[in-house]
Amino acid sequence: MVESAPVIGADHALTPTLSRKRKRGDERMIPLLHIPPQALFGQLLLGLINGAFYAMLSLGLAVIFGLLNIINFAHGAQYMLGAFCAWFLLNLAGVGYWPSLVIAPIAVALFGIVLERAFLRWIYRLDHLYGLLLTFGLAIIIEGLFRQQYGSSGQPYSIPPELTGVWNLGFMFLPIYRGWVIAASAVVCFGTWFLIERTRLGAYLRAATENPVLVQAFGINVPRMVTLTYGFGVGLAALAGVLAAPIYQVSPLMGSNIIIVVFAVVVIGGMGSILGSIVSGFALGLVEGLTKVFYPEASSTVIFVVMAIVLLLKPAGLFGRAA
Amino acid sequence: MMFHRVLGLAAVGCLVAAAAQAQISDDVVKIGVLTDMSSLYADIGGKGSVVAAEMAVKDFGGKVAGKPIEVVSADHLNKPDVGANIARQWIDQDHVDAIVDVPTSSVALAVQDVTKEKDRVFLISGAASSDLTGKSCSPTGVHWTYDTYALAHGTGSALVKQGGDTWFFITADYAFGHALERDTSAVVKAAGGKVLGAVRAPLNTPDFSSFLLQAQASKAKIIGLANAGGDTINSIKQGAEFGIVQGGQRFAGLLVFISDVHSLGLQTAQGLVLTSAFYWDQNDATRAWAKRFMAETNKVPTMVQAGVYGAVTHYLKAIAAAKTDEGKAVVAKMREIPINDFMTHNGKLREDGRVMRDIYLFQVKSPAESKYPYDYYKQLAVIPADQAFRPLSESECPLVKKG
Amino acid sequence: MDSLSTTTAAAPRRSLAPSRGHLLALGLVVLALVAPFLLYPVFLMKALCFALFACAFNLLIGYVGLLSFGHAAFMGGAAYVTAHAAKVWGFPPEAAILLGTAAAAVLGTVFGWLAIRRQGIYFAMVTLALAQMLYFYALQAPFTHGEDGIQAVPRGRLFGLVDLGEPSNLAMYYFVLAMFLIGFFIIYRTIHSPFGQVLKAIRENEPRAISLGYKTEQYKLVAFILSATLAGLAGATKALVFQLASLTDVDWTMSGEVVLMTLVGGLGTVLGPVAGAFIVVTMENYLAQFGSWVTIIQGVIFVLCVLTFRRGVVGEIAHLLQRRAGRKES
Repeated sequence: MVESAPVIGADHALTPTLSRKRKRGDERMIPLLHIPPQALFGQLLLGLINGAFYAMLSLGLAVIFGLLNIINFAHGAQYMLGAFCAWFLLNLAGVGYWPSLVIAPIAVALFGIVLERAFLRWIYRLDHLYGLLLTFGLAIIIEGLFRQQYGSSGQPYSIPPELTGVWNLGFMFLPIYRGWVIAASAVVCFGTWFLIERTRLGAYLRAATENPVLVQAFGINVPRMVTLTYGFGVGLAALAGVLAAPIYQVSPLMGSNIIIVVFAVVVIGGMGSILGSIVSGFALGLVEGLTKVFYPEASSTVIFVVMAIVLLLKPAGLFGRAA
Repeated sequence: MMFHRVLGLAAVGCLVAAAAQAQISDDVVKIGVLTDMSSLYADIGGKGSVVAAEMAVKDFGGKVAGKPIEVVSADHLNKPDVGANIARQWIDQDHVDAIVDVPTSSVALAVQDVTKEKDRVFLISGAASSDLTGKSCSPTGVHWTYDTYALAHGTGSALVKQGGDTWFFITADYAFGHALERDTSAVVKAAGGKVLGAVRAPLNTPDFSSFLLQAQASKAKIIGLANAGGDTINSIKQGAEFGIVQGGQRFAGLLVFISDVHSLGLQTAQGLVLTSAFYWDQNDATRAWAKRFMAETNKVPTMVQAGVYGAVTHYLKAIAAAKTDEGKAVVAKMREIPINDFMTHNGKLREDGRVMRDIYLFQVKSPAESKYPYDYYKQLAVIPADQAFRPLSESECPLVKKG
Repeated sequence: MDSLSTTTAAAPRRSLAPSRGHLLALGLVVLALVAPFLLYPVFLMKALCFALFACAFNLLIGYVGLLSFGHAAFMGGAAYVTAHAAKVWGFPPEAAILLGTAAAAVLGTVFGWLAIRRQGIYFAMVTLALAQMLYFYALQAPFTHGEDGIQAVPRGRLFGLVDLGEPSNLAMYYFVLAMFLIGFFIIYRTIHSPFGQVLKAIRENEPRAISLGYKTEQYKLVAFILSATLAGLAGATKALVFQLASLTDVDWTMSGEVVLMTLVGGLGTVLGPVAGAFIVVTMENYLAQFGSWVTIIQGVIFVLCVLTFRRGVVGEIAHLLQRRAGRKES
């Protein structure tokens, strides 16, 4: 059931919860302490939306790490680039949301490929730490340039008209755009998993991760595959950026805020498996969502706490192979 | 080399000591614009503040008491230690006479300590904390444009008077947010309103939807945003997604600048109520000044940037009248002269360093109401200075003599 | 003293005559003693604090091969504790610094205990995440005063005798110099002790070190705690120099900055981090008016260092000297 106008007043949005309250006779309580199951469900769904972003970003990191053995610190900056790219397309070329959803990730992926060819490929032989440092440097440059040009308060990007409005889910009114984000990211995550774990191309990829020399010997162009994989991972980050643009402000700082959380998600999930990064991304979104209801003060640290616990119990991460 | 240095220091010492008679130290009046050029507050102060200071100097004729005026600027990167360091170096080595702007309370508080110690004038426009004229006040510190007390009191009392008598706060979970929430709730309650609840959101949370649902469920008429910058922008933007404003609730931004509104766009920001000491489209004088500013920067001036212009102008007037640039003497003169410029009418500098000025309650227009570029606000109320700012009787400033 | 030899170089060691090393050390100390008369003392103190911080960090990355991306936590944590002790509890400076450093040691023990469970990039991410946790704590805890930080911290009188707050800053400068030298000496001794040799063995080949019977986990933990403690000493001193402790010190960009300093100066060289710290602090100081270009330039230096200049300034010089000495011998 879709309402056409973007109107969900306070008056009816949570009417069910409030009327329940009234029956219990504590009208003045805000449904914070005794959370009715429906409201809780709504909050969980919101958590899942954040989880969708975590999942897509940690998935991109995992894909890149799998083949390049590089922790892509510039992932946050590339996520930001995706959002900015959509904004450029809209404001400079008049290209709307839907074409941007395809064009922006490709454009940013191409940029990623240039980065890989120009910088990253020189350091594959070195200690992995140099990859982290190099991409960290790139991230500072990209963010710095955007900050120089666009300040820090960010640019507006509105929700595409097709996706404005809300769905009445019975227990809550869900903005359609948020529903779309969950659906889109679930499809993308599943598609990536299928591509890597279930197709011939994915098999080459996995083989190249294990033994690049041997795969090269089979006549596969491993360097090109590495380049394309990096581009793909970067494209995923950019896609997440485009999806995020209408929800958050398109700002040069949007990437650096989220990347550290995503790192923690990756540590929790373990980099060993594609599935692991997807599942832990969504799961941690849920955990964070719950924290926002019960103890909002801790919602920015809860993921790090989970990380510490996981490290104690299962140092390789929930889905990881021993490092 | 070493002796040169020692001699140099001695010479500076003599100059400072003799400044009271020797009028303008080093034969130049140097004004340092210390601001955030690269980080969160770059759009609020930043390059615009430098332009405003330069405009003020140009309009003054480039000379005061027969000596040239020079403007230097630096980026404090939003780091208090960097800010304090630049301030020290400016004063010790570059003979800067006054430091201007300094957004972010943490940096301003650090710079206040330095300028107090070294007897230099500190013209604060960008920083918000009312501690700058409270616990941490300084005989040479001038808090020009606005402060947290005014924001809380202006917005809080004016809205309750207009019928916004039930409030729910979304508060940034750190000292600044807590202070804003506390001050505003006190005002709301004093004016007969009720605070239905509050939720503490960690700073820089990208996603406010959960907190917004809680605010929506509270059914409060006003959702007070005790946060700043990106947090405010994200809460308003996501509030629009959840239809908060269409549902009959109103957002009250406790620290919102026109650059934030510009960044949000009217579609999203419409209906937002906020307090400001300046809006470019208030009258002919503000429009004329803003037009010149926009010609230089291509951006609409914020109250912080407008304040920088006013503060520098008044500072130069005081030097001209006092015929010296010695810190305490200039500030004493600044207290004597009434403040009048395009945004201030008969303002007065109080002994704790607070500039008493009227401030205004604005509401952001809807896209349909907006007729031309930057036509963003309509004025709801004027809050007279004595209601807007903290009365001296409540002041914790040691400079204020309690009668 | 082979203070200049990069440990990465396999070329003939100790090619510098020991007397030259001693001369260099002597020269540097003399330079440090007269420096406040030539340069701005506050700037020097800042550089010295960061130099100690970078040296402490280098102990971990240069000699154990562990890249910590969360060292700001120790610096900032100690700064907060010191500032609070000096301002609110009225501790004298020496006690405040000691308390701050001890706090960093405790923090280092907890973080290290968790983080050494993972190696390589995981280690970097874990330390980053843990430090971020502390950052959020510092943001919310009442005693840190959130964004305002702890301001106007009194420098106090050292042992009740020397007024560190006198306006010429000379007393404070020599105090900071002493702190730096103590920290530097501890690091120097550690590197050149049998313990330090085991650390290098772990860096080069951990399984081998294990097979030789070393409990590498314990060695790594001790090195981590030592590094954290000295980073804390740097932070505690810095809090008194600037008379404030703020979020800047616990922010993750601070962790990035110390990596940059060490990288620019030379990973795994004794003097590299010192040189790197001076370079970066000077740059920040003199480029301040260029606004966000500072961070962009920092990023460019990062990239250049990783791609072309991995030995860092000191490392490259030492490498050149060694090559020359090597040619003469042959």
